[in-house]
Amino acid sequence: MQFTSFSFLLFAAVLLTVYYIIPGKWQWPLLLIASCFFYISAGTEYLVFIALTTLSTYATTILMDNRLKQRDVYMAAHKAEMSREEKKAYKAKIKSGNKVWMVACLVLNFGILALCKACLIDPVRTAVSGGTLSFLTVGLPLGISFYMFQSMGYVVDVYRETAKTERNPFKLALFVSFFPQLIQGPISKFNQLTPTLYAPHKFDGKAVSFGLQRMLWGYFKKLVVADRIAVAIGSLKGEEYTGIAFLVLTVFYAIQIYGDFTGGIDVTIGLAEAMGIKLPENFIRPYFSKNIAEYWRRWHISLGVWMKDCIFYPISVSEPMRKLSKASRAKFPNFGKRVPVYVASVATWFCTGIWHGFSANFIVWGMLNCFVIVVSEELMPVYAKFHDRFHLKEKKWYGGFEILRMFMLMNLIRACDLFPNVGDYFRRLGSIVTTFNFHILWDGTLMNIGLTALDYAIIFGGCLTWFVMDLLQEKGPIRERLYAKPAALRYSLIFILLVVVLLMGSYGIGYDASNFIYNQF
Amino acid sequence: MKKKSIAIFAAALAIGLVLLWLLQMLLVPKYMTDVREGALIAEYYEEEPNHDVVFIGDCEVYENFSPITLWEEYGITSYIRGSAQQLIWQSYYLMEETFKYETPDVIVFNVLSMKYDTPKSTGSSSQREAYNRMTLDGMRWSDSKVNSILASMTQEEREKEAMWMYLFPLLRYHDRWSELTAEDFRYWLKRDTVSHNGYLMQVGVKPLEDEHVERPLVDYEFAPSCYEYLDRMVELCKAHGTQLVLIKAPSLSPVWWDEWDQQMVAYAEENDLLYINFLNHQEEIGIDWNTDTYDTGLHLNVYGAEKLSSYFGRILSEECGVADRRSDAGLSALWAEKTAAYDAQKAELEAAYAAQK
Repeated sequence: MQFTSFSFLLFAAVLLTVYYIIPGKWQWPLLLIASCFFYISAGTEYLVFIALTTLSTYATTILMDNRLKQRDVYMAAHKAEMSREEKKAYKAKIKSGNKVWMVACLVLNFGILALCKACLIDPVRTAVSGGTLSFLTVGLPLGISFYMFQSMGYVVDVYRETAKTERNPFKLALFVSFFPQLIQGPISKFNQLTPTLYAPHKFDGKAVSFGLQRMLWGYFKKLVVADRIAVAIGSLKGEEYTGIAFLVLTVFYAIQIYGDFTGGIDVTIGLAEAMGIKLPENFIRPYFSKNIAEYWRRWHISLGVWMKDCIFYPISVSEPMRKLSKASRAKFPNFGKRVPVYVASVATWFCTGIWHGFSANFIVWGMLNCFVIVVSEELMPVYAKFHDRFHLKEKKWYGGFEILRMFMLMNLIRACDLFPNVGDYFRRLGSIVTTFNFHILWDGTLMNIGLTALDYAIIFGGCLTWFVMDLLQEKGPIRERLYAKPAALRYSLIFILLVVVLLMGSYGIGYDASNFIYNQF
Repeated sequence: MKKKSIAIFAAALAIGLVLLWLLQMLLVPKYMTDVREGALIAEYYEEEPNHDVVFIGDCEVYENFSPITLWEEYGITSYIRGSAQQLIWQSYYLMEETFKYETPDVIVFNVLSMKYDTPKSTGSSSQREAYNRMTLDGMRWSDSKVNSILASMTQEEREKEAMWMYLFPLLRYHDRWSELTAEDFRYWLKRDTVSHNGYLMQVGVKPLEDEHVERPLVDYEFAPSCYEYLDRMVELCKAHGTQLVLIKAPSLSPVWWDEWDQQMVAYAEENDLLYINFLNHQEEIGIDWNTDTYDTGLHLNVYGAEKLSSYFGRILSEECGVADRRSDAGLSALWAEKTAAYDAQKAELEAAYAAQK
């Protein structure tokens, strides 16, 4: 069931209605039933994957929790007779046993994820299935990268004792499969999501209204802008489009992926909000970032947090890293102390690339991001000197320049997504400095890539509206400000947005149904 | 405060729905001056449902038969429930729906659509969403319409859950805002009648020049699904005591193969039905392909349609026993109005055509 399908809207409407009719204590079971229905509607063949993840997550966390409880009981009972060292050793023993269970669970689940992703690659597919179509080779199970990371994040948190263990298997199943975030996240932390997920909610007109407004805004970004520009991206990937055309492609893709991904997230968060459930934000206007570190704090935040918590920190504080840090500091006093961080960064970005897909372009994409982050970090003192020398930080235009520079740089890196053959990507990238075909901007080339003048007008108008809304949002929550306005103005603006989505959205007969890009991950 | 908020919300919702309805009415195609055949199906509901004969089928009925001639010459009241590229399952559901409004003495079904298989297997030219809409949008909501939609949807329509677009046409025609013309505003909330009891008048003349030739087929057997719908039509008519007459209009293209004709002859015999292939009666009808067609033999113009109706009227009254109702004063007055409108349009179109030449 696509978020953009009519059946999803009907499903959401019926669910919302029933949700607020039934007693609060039945709300979370209803959500579990709805999530199962949602998942099954995508195909029963993948049910086994999410069931396996849920079961293994439940079994592992309960096991670890039981051991932790035993530890607490034992230590309370033997508090007086145990020395400090004995207590420490006992705790370490329990922790180490839990680590084994945690690692086993992670290996099992990430093994499944890796196998599923690897099966998308033709040679592996053939090797696994002998060339015949099997349930493993049809495609990626719906939302596997998202629910898997969310569940494994929870397992790690229970191991670290930073999350309470959920002992109700059905509640845990809901945490894993909560349908709005199954498609494309956000990857929620257990402590963040569950307080509102399991709690009963009374009908709150304002919350429902805010949620629906956010969903509508998401549909605007997805249907009016992202899906309309998608056709041009398909054309511009053609071999003949190099130089400036490639730059145009990177900008168009920036618009598409941002509209597509944030649009989907808005629908997700909006629907949850309408049910009183708070999901973490996944984007904070990332195109306003002035440097790459800031960009990644604003883009796909939940994945970044997961990677930081579960890969970056464990690696950077691990024993081998401590040794490496000591050794490198002895040899290069300045640079040496940052070596463990850089090694952890490489590992993190490698995993982030792999998360997107088992193909070279995603790994290159991850490494390019890592490269820019490391270089930026190393050049920081040089930048600072330069800025001070010319007092650039005090100048407004320089802020704008930094934003534009970061936007273009990220566009160039992101375009790697579009070319599974990395050689193709680098050839296009190189063509920017070898092919100065500026004429394509006015010689009609851009009118032959599947977009009409009207399409351009709608995309331009859509982007402008979006830009203004993002600027306003930077100053504070728009919906709250709108809520304070007279009802006539409020309802008129919402109605206008609805009409724009209805009339200018790329949907229905004659339009290519465009899946959410992040569905494929 | 809470009550006030609810009242404001309800008012905003009501206003919003009305505005969306108005928007929908503006955006749906009007079929008033261009592609007028799209307006035919909806016009049936403006009629008093009291006809002796109802024609059902594709362009070969709404272009080739004139109910006014049937009335003038034989006192037969008739209506044509025709639409472009009407497929046999659509014809069946139109027939089913017709029986909800009236029980005619005779239903005439043009068998050309027997050649088109189920939506899945028909070629691109036979099953198009635009044709579906012309037949289905005009129908009033009923189980017949729902079933007809379900039977008719193309692959793309199924994938895109087009039932919602039939329910709310705004979702289908949402992007027509950039193509709106003066016609859309003129006919925003009202429509003119474009047909004469379902007959779409054409006065132009474009003679037949060369014989229509088509490549022989590999398999001439009609699809089982088409027979199934034909069987259902036979059953439906039997259940209502209505005589079903199968016809093949004398249109020269698409070619009506002898092998197809033989199957229809056999089917009619087997089911005790009257089947008339008018292609075999061209001389008796008096069709002159130099003057009686407006598109080189695909369809008849008004002169050809009047000749064919005159010929068929005799069969309906003599062989099918359809009564002459011209003695009914009320009907006579009603049909006098229809005849006047028909004559007026004929004269107007003839004048326009002459000026065009």
